[in-house]
Amino acid sequence: MHFDDLAHNWGPLTASGLAQGAIYALFALGYTLVYGVLRLINFAHSEVFMVGSYAALITWGFFGLDENSATPPTTEVIGYVVLGVLVAAAISGITALVVELVAYRPLRRHNAPPLAFLITAIGASLVISEAVGVATHRNQRGVPPLIQPADAFTIGNTHVTNLEILIILLTLVMMVGLDRFINRTRLGRGIRAVAQSPDTAALMGVNKDRVISLVFLIGGLMAGIAAVMYLFKIGTTRYDAGFSLGIAAFTAAVLGGIGNLRGAVVGGIIIGLFENYGSALFGSNYRNVVTFVVLIVILMFRPSGILGEALGRARA
Amino acid sequence: MTTVQTILRWRGPDGGVRGWFGRQPRLVRWTLLAAIAAGAYALPYVGEVPVIGPQIVTEGVDWRTALFNISYFVLLALGLNVVVGFAGLLDLGYVGFFAVGAYTVALLASPNSDFKTNWPWLATVPVAIVITMISGVLLGWPTLRLRGDYLAIVTLGFAEIIRIFAENTTLLRGDRGFSGIPHPPGKHADGTPIFGVRDAGPYYWLGVSLIIVIVLAIRNLDRSRVGRSWLAIREDEDAAAIMGVRTFKYKLWAFAIGACVGGLGGVMFAGQNGFMNSASFQIQFSVLILAGVVMGGSGNIAGAILGGALISYIPDRLRGVEIAGQDAFQYRFLMFGIAIILIMIFRPQGLIPSRRRAMELKDRAKEVAPQ
Amino acid sequence: MRQGLVRALGGAAILALVVGAAGCNSGSDNDGGGGSSGGGKNCGYKIAFMGALTGSAANLGINIEQGYELAIKQYNEKNGADCIQVAKFDTQGDPAVAPGVARQAVSDPKVIGVVGLPFSGESEAAGPILNDAKIPNISPAATNPTLSTHGWTYFHRAVATDKNQGPAAAAYIQDVLKPQKVFVADDQSAYGSGLAEAVKAKLGPMVVATDKTSADGKQTDFSAIVQKIISSGATVFFYGGYYTNAGLIRKQLTAAGWKGTMVGGDGVKDPGFAKAAGNAAAAGTVVTCPCAPASEAGGTFVADYKQTWNQDAGTYSDVAYDATNIFLKGIDEGNTTPEKMNEFLKTVEYTGVANTYKFTDTGELDPQYLKVWAFKFDASGVDQPVQQIKLTS
Repeated sequence: MHFDDLAHNWGPLTASGLAQGAIYALFALGYTLVYGVLRLINFAHSEVFMVGSYAALITWGFFGLDENSATPPTTEVIGYVVLGVLVAAAISGITALVVELVAYRPLRRHNAPPLAFLITAIGASLVISEAVGVATHRNQRGVPPLIQPADAFTIGNTHVTNLEILIILLTLVMMVGLDRFINRTRLGRGIRAVAQSPDTAALMGVNKDRVISLVFLIGGLMAGIAAVMYLFKIGTTRYDAGFSLGIAAFTAAVLGGIGNLRGAVVGGIIIGLFENYGSALFGSNYRNVVTFVVLIVILMFRPSGILGEALGRARA
Repeated sequence: MTTVQTILRWRGPDGGVRGWFGRQPRLVRWTLLAAIAAGAYALPYVGEVPVIGPQIVTEGVDWRTALFNISYFVLLALGLNVVVGFAGLLDLGYVGFFAVGAYTVALLASPNSDFKTNWPWLATVPVAIVITMISGVLLGWPTLRLRGDYLAIVTLGFAEIIRIFAENTTLLRGDRGFSGIPHPPGKHADGTPIFGVRDAGPYYWLGVSLIIVIVLAIRNLDRSRVGRSWLAIREDEDAAAIMGVRTFKYKLWAFAIGACVGGLGGVMFAGQNGFMNSASFQIQFSVLILAGVVMGGSGNIAGAILGGALISYIPDRLRGVEIAGQDAFQYRFLMFGIAIILIMIFRPQGLIPSRRRAMELKDRAKEVAPQ
Repeated sequence: MRQGLVRALGGAAILALVVGAAGCNSGSDNDGGGGSSGGGKNCGYKIAFMGALTGSAANLGINIEQGYELAIKQYNEKNGADCIQVAKFDTQGDPAVAPGVARQAVSDPKVIGVVGLPFSGESEAAGPILNDAKIPNISPAATNPTLSTHGWTYFHRAVATDKNQGPAAAAYIQDVLKPQKVFVADDQSAYGSGLAEAVKAKLGPMVVATDKTSADGKQTDFSAIVQKIISSGATVFFYGGYYTNAGLIRKQLTAAGWKGTMVGGDGVKDPGFAKAAGNAAAAGTVVTCPCAPASEAGGTFVADYKQTWNQDAGTYSDVAYDATNIFLKGIDEGNTTPEKMNEFLKTVEYTGVANTYKFTDTGELDPQYLKVWAFKFDASGVDQPVQQIKLTS
């Protein structure tokens, strides 16, 4: 156990952990929304994320950008980033919708037992990741160096880069936007109603199918944005990139309180920090172990999470 | 009734093939089953059957090795079927039990092991069974109170933790692995070992014998109070608890039995392979076995056997075949993923349905509120 | 009604798949119907290749397979088409798959030699089978020293081991790079950890910190190890592992602003490293290899390889070429059974394009012929030879 490593690097680990946590938070939103409404762990969500990352890379590839290109001028970079985010979000959203339509809706029609939903979710996850894996020959794909990491400011030995600031800001903006959407708009009310009681909501005139599709779409959009942030932070993607991130993001959702949007953010940040601290303490090969142990401990002692499950509950 | 209609009406009013089978006198049933078992033992020689023999036999892998692979996959499918099919608990970390069984053998028997005990293979088998059962109970104790979906993720987590520890601790030797794991005992008349290195046939026969024993044991369990409790838990856990079924105890039983069978699979694998390392135990393996159980028909033994055989046989058969520039073996997860989705939508009770299961699903479908 | 239909369709689909696959396969049973199909003297035999043709480190296996196949092609041009047949077996580099594949290979009585297996893990798994079947095998790439300690009389190795490569890499770091602090990490594979241990042992106190990563292809986010390297102040980072992980780490190190040099072993010596890291980040990385540069290869090997496969020869392609040619020379001299071939291998001294080969009684290469070279990646992602490293041990 390397306590000195942890102590010495606490600053950089925290900065990196916050950025990572922000990505987890965006990613976790998809899990938490779907679970809040359908009581289903959408295993395919990690693949939705991965597909978004490839969509952004392919879009940039159309402009001739690949991992060996030079960094374009700043105005162009902004354009590319915005375009990448839009495309990734769109493709992820569409993928999520397709998964819902093809894999889950028929099961809802038959009132299948929850086990069937879970198994189908695993099947969907497998199909998407394997299809991409076969198409890419299981090779990883590099990201064009659009954002050159530069220190924005320095505190002690901690260099906070512009990328990390961008990620955190973007996540905050998305979260605030989503929060207002869920709490202030009519569609958001519909989502909360279906989360609380699907049949009653239907009786009250809420179109259940449309709400569920909307929930998947929103989750997909968030995942697509998270995917682009991930691309810039890690610099590469692969057909199985979704798996370990998916586990971490799901843990974050549960930690914060599944179904609770603010909980997803809190959970994401905590998981991001813990993973980094744990890697410093035990070695980076134990990173996933830290996540799982956190998950198991939470589920055993406080399954409703830190902020409690809340999507269905009316909030003051 | 035309011939086609007769053929397609397999699920006739009196239960089709299975109904017919159930109505035969006991002697006939047992004879048929014995014939099927004999056929299983004869499979290594199927390559010599004219015309269809060479089509069935695998190309890229030795046929007897492929048969052995089928046998331990079937064993694992049977074990997972107890957990998922009978008790309705989604265990995504089943490969963990397989790993525990294999590592127990390796630690006790391999010359590389730090324990330096160097036991023969046979002596390690009961120890492996006990240890996997204990690990099943240890895994189940804290987690079985969780909801179904959380249970799935937590079991996944346990399997990953086991794999990461296997990879990273010096005791379990990570990727360097254990070599020189002894094989099952026995010598031919001329002194050469029965369970040698080059012929996987004896391992396959051992596997089939083990499967028969396990099938008999599980079948008896299924027809006892334990099996009925599992059925009640699966259908509606709260109602079962109200009616006095000790749900926690029986769920733990399911886990322990599933773990024990999984460990047996690991023991067989270690004994045949002679070498194993942490790379042998990936999460995808659990998902593959789950796919097999689901495809074959969860909740019934014949379905589990069929499913287990399919998930092992089809990829091995496709090794060496090229589809779109890649070895078809690469497509196996894609194929099984699609198969899972299709099965869950169109035929959730699996290829060989358990009639009980089919009825359960039909009842549920009736409860759907009009859309 | 619908269920019966679904059953019928499902059964038909499975049947079609199997028959279709069989149709693709039935050709292979008809090849080489015994006897000599060419005009050459000792024809009708097979030399098998076993190794990873698919998977995350497949490039290494494919390079070797192409070297092996080139040698056979050239031999067949001289001695009649299909004189010696190619028999490729894909193990995916997986030790769980290797035994089944090995049994398949040895069950063919025409196979009298095996070129393979390239990875140490799978060699451990398949070794007992090849030895029990008494099929001589020459590994052109497996560098784990323990392979020759099992007493396998049919095992031979055409390259130096990590016992040589590790200290050589350490010597290069000490003598040429001359850092104050070194960081060593590995991917915990049999190959990677063995190599890293050897380097650590030789560098001693120069190593300020160590870490481990997940196996190759299993991890994409290396931010934790990147942090450690940066905060340790090391100017040289040695990684024992394969090119996919190494490339990603190098890329993330550059993105985090680390300016030091990365050093790797032969598992990193592949264009895949530059692809994973990006050419700019990969430039300057040093890799060692118990092999000579392809440009040093004698004869027309480099040109022939490029012409046949439309790619430049990769790591160990030349060694595989030589290993295959050793078998072919044995066949030429009338050693057409596995036992005779093994006897031939015990005494052969063969000069090929990459090296001269003579085997000790444990199957290792004679110490006078061991060589380790250092290479450096240039700005276009190609590894260029730097110098041969003197072996002191």
